[in-house]
Amino acid sequence: MESCSTNVTNSECCVSVAQTSASILMKRSNSLARRFSWTRAREQVIRLTLFLCGALSLLTTAGIIVVLFNEAIYSFAGTAFFQTVSITDFLFDTVWAPQHPDKPRFGILPLLCGTFVIAGLGGVIGLPIGLASAIYLSEYAKPKMRRIVKPVLEILAGIPTVVYGYFALVFVTPYLLRPIFQTWLGFNVDIFNALSAGIVVGVMIIPTVCSLSEDALRAVPRGLREAGYALGSTKYDVSLKVVVPAALSGILASFLLAMARAIGETMAVTIAAGQQPRLTLNPFRGMETMTAYIVNISLGDTEAGSMEYKSLYAVALSLFVITLSMNVLAQWVLKRFREVYE
Amino acid sequence: MSVSGNLREPALAKRHRIGQLFEWLCCGSTWFGMVVLSVLLLSIGWKAMAWPTPDADAVDRAAVAKTDARANAALSPRPLSSRFLTSYDSRVPQKAGIKAALWGSLWLLVFVAMTTVPVGVGAAVYLEEYSNEGRWKRIIQVNLSNLAGVPSIVYGILGLTVFVRMFGLFGHDGKVLDLNLGFALLSLPLPFERSVISGALTLSLLVLPTVIVAAQEALRAVPSSIRTASYALGATQWQTIRHQVLPAAMPGIMTGVILSLSRAMGETAPLIMIGALTYLAKCPGKIDSLSAVWQHPTGLLEAPFDVFTSLPIQIFNWVSRAQPEYDHLAAAGIMVLLVVLMLMNTAAILIRNRFQRRTQW
Repeated sequence: MESCSTNVTNSECCVSVAQTSASILMKRSNSLARRFSWTRAREQVIRLTLFLCGALSLLTTAGIIVVLFNEAIYSFAGTAFFQTVSITDFLFDTVWAPQHPDKPRFGILPLLCGTFVIAGLGGVIGLPIGLASAIYLSEYAKPKMRRIVKPVLEILAGIPTVVYGYFALVFVTPYLLRPIFQTWLGFNVDIFNALSAGIVVGVMIIPTVCSLSEDALRAVPRGLREAGYALGSTKYDVSLKVVVPAALSGILASFLLAMARAIGETMAVTIAAGQQPRLTLNPFRGMETMTAYIVNISLGDTEAGSMEYKSLYAVALSLFVITLSMNVLAQWVLKRFREVYE
Repeated sequence: MSVSGNLREPALAKRHRIGQLFEWLCCGSTWFGMVVLSVLLLSIGWKAMAWPTPDADAVDRAAVAKTDARANAALSPRPLSSRFLTSYDSRVPQKAGIKAALWGSLWLLVFVAMTTVPVGVGAAVYLEEYSNEGRWKRIIQVNLSNLAGVPSIVYGILGLTVFVRMFGLFGHDGKVLDLNLGFALLSLPLPFERSVISGALTLSLLVLPTVIVAAQEALRAVPSSIRTASYALGATQWQTIRHQVLPAAMPGIMTGVILSLSRAMGETAPLIMIGALTYLAKCPGKIDSLSAVWQHPTGLLEAPFDVFTSLPIQIFNWVSRAQPEYDHLAAAGIMVLLVVLMLMNTAAILIRNRFQRRTQW
């Protein structure tokens, strides 16, 4: 009994010692947390600074929205564009003549038409070629071929758009389109025409489509391909009926992003497609896109506050809404239709 | 293909034929990019190398016009020559050059780098190292991918309103703020007007998303064992980032930054928006050579607030003129621009390859 009791007291003693030491430790750590130290203050300042750097991107978005909203929809000082021009006129009037001295008209349809005809032509050329090269690079090409092709595509993506515009105006129209469509087939091809702009826009979006689609195709697991071969498929069957459907969300997203880029493309279409807002589907005529209108207005001496100047913001707002919704749609497609393997 | 030849099954042979056709189609599409690139480079190079009319005509005309015939005869018969790099834009196509544009582009490059590198890397460090998959990170990340899709011309409008006009806050004529720096007087015009600093800030906003995403990828590639080891030695978070993570990620960050800068170099539309397109026969801050910096160093302080032009703007300027001579000038300008971009890209690739081989975790 004696020994037992001593044992108990011993252990109790131990416990109490442990408790006190723990409480001392806790106190000490508490005091550590509260104590001011320059190192810790510096850490916090740095953290805050870095957060502000990250928040700058939010500020940029807010800036874009506020600027466009303020001049186009509701102005906090003065009148905004849509406080003068009704939104139905803007969307459904078929004439865009902001410079008209007596009766300026602001129907965005001709600009939308130019934008979508050129982006559409670009899409018809760029999307299939981009996808086909992505399939080739991911399914057929040997590593050596990839090592050659990838840098070339990167170079194509890195060429400034003003260069593409020059190429369209000085080479594509006189040496490709005019001989074929004017001399040979008898169409009337303007010097500034939508087709040449569409062709170079198509070339411009090939790298975007190709690299994004290729990433999606390569992410398809090997097992799916092997299962296809085991069922007796040829390489063609596997590529087109197994791999492409499996990567469809990524491919669609790449198409949407590329089209958004084609719609927002500025210099090439300004140089190659001209400055005539025309409501036509004839690709051999000159057209004006939304982006080209913005550039052409800012080339002239437009006074801040005039209707012409405000129309700049209205057009930019439309452009921003269109491209932003395509980007958001692309992200939604990626998320919603993603096939998750393993 | 030999397999299908041996098989007597026509359906299978047909499938192989379709497959072969498909492969050729895809291969052709892949080569399409190559063909376009080479046609583009060759045709522009060809345009850049010669004037359309025999040069003798120009010399004759110059002689008739009683200008210095000998000086004109000494002009190179091709636009792309050393004279092209050292003379200003001119009403006479044979005399025009890209000096102002080169210096303008250089200034832009310096200022864009000065603003995007700290801010971009800072944002990437915050997103990768500090925000623990929280709500802020998600919001900023979504915002970044949306910003990357905004057309450059919209950034131009933002720059025009925020930097060039500053919302018209400073009245019609603006103000000039004189700051005494002790060694020199810095006159800071408000708003920034159509100056180098407006252009550079606009371009910085444009390329920031790309820089941030590239830097994020570089930071993500640094293994977490490096961080844990540093913490285990008692380093704080910032010490870990500053001395371990950032040096390890630096090659990747540099590559991303250089590629983004080369994109900024070729960007035209936002600069036209903020009004950089003017006939200009002077360099920003009157600094047209390295020796000019020694002669009047205050030019360095004036340059950011001076009017400017840049390579792509100068090219666009020449493209939009009607005379065929200007087509050749534009082609020569494009060759210079492409060479500059190519050098920057090569530097980026060299950095990537060099450090990829050296660092092994």
